[in-house]
Amino acid sequence: MKVTVHIERRPVIADPEGATIARSLADLGYDDVSTVRTGRTFHLEVVGDDPEHIRKRVTEMCETLLANPVIEDYEVAVEP
Amino acid sequence: MSGIGVVVFPGSNCEHDMVWALEALGAETHLVWHRDTDLSGLDGVVLPGGFAHGDYLRTGAIARFSPVMAPVAEMAESGKPVVGICNGFQILCEAQILAGALIANRDLRFICRPVEIEVVDTDTVLTSAAEPGAVLTIPLNSYEGQHCDPDGTARVVARYVEDVNGSQNLAAAVANARGNVVGIMPHPERASEEILGSADGRILLESLVASSVGSRT
Repeated sequence: MKVTVHIERRPVIADPEGATIARSLADLGYDDVSTVRTGRTFHLEVVGDDPEHIRKRVTEMCETLLANPVIEDYEVAVEP
Repeated sequence: MSGIGVVVFPGSNCEHDMVWALEALGAETHLVWHRDTDLSGLDGVVLPGGFAHGDYLRTGAIARFSPVMAPVAEMAESGKPVVGICNGFQILCEAQILAGALIANRDLRFICRPVEIEVVDTDTVLTSAAEPGAVLTIPLNSYEGQHCDPDGTARVVARYVEDVNGSQNLAAAVANARGNVVGIMPHPERASEEILGSADGRILLESLVASSVGSRT
């Protein structure tokens, strides 16, 4: 099954890259953008057909390796 | 095997400098491959600077699962000196042996220059020989050098005199509660002889050598 994992810094953690992009957008005239937060997305193909089991496994992967829970939040989406 | 182990991950690049600097202080030193799991007899261990496993995913994220990290964690637990420098500091944070995490510098620039740090805690294996309040000039060489500590639990051992990279509480070095595990972002081994421009890092390495000998049981 296809699984998408999206990872973003926790809101309390600075995101200098996002802040720089926001300033650049403002310079280009897009001054209606108040905040940019960057993140990264992983696309996984996981063997199995039980979405709940797969969600549990991938959540575990986020906790151990894919994300650093000290500074990052994650979202796991299993495609139906 | 006794003495201090210096771990070599694929992508480490400061291990020989560290061995040179420690041996100049008379310490018996061994390079330890990241797949080694037997560190018995070692009095202390250093995780040196570099780009372990290419720094893929996050700095230190892959390295923390290298086989050597299990005995490193045991040494940390048992009270032996464990010191991470630059990339080694990042690895210790990823392994959650030290509090917080290291993210890109505030100004998104790689910083490569000597910086001043002030020793604010001398009750650790890396600072025991230093005077409280000592200001040391030591080269910083990092992109992901901004220490953040959202839970506010890190014990700050040395602070940047100026805010160079946005680190919370100006932390240049942090320790665990017991003081036997220390991570430091600037490189003391690169300031270990006058010919390098500064010998201010020696006092830190002397602390490590003395603490390692002192940890023998």
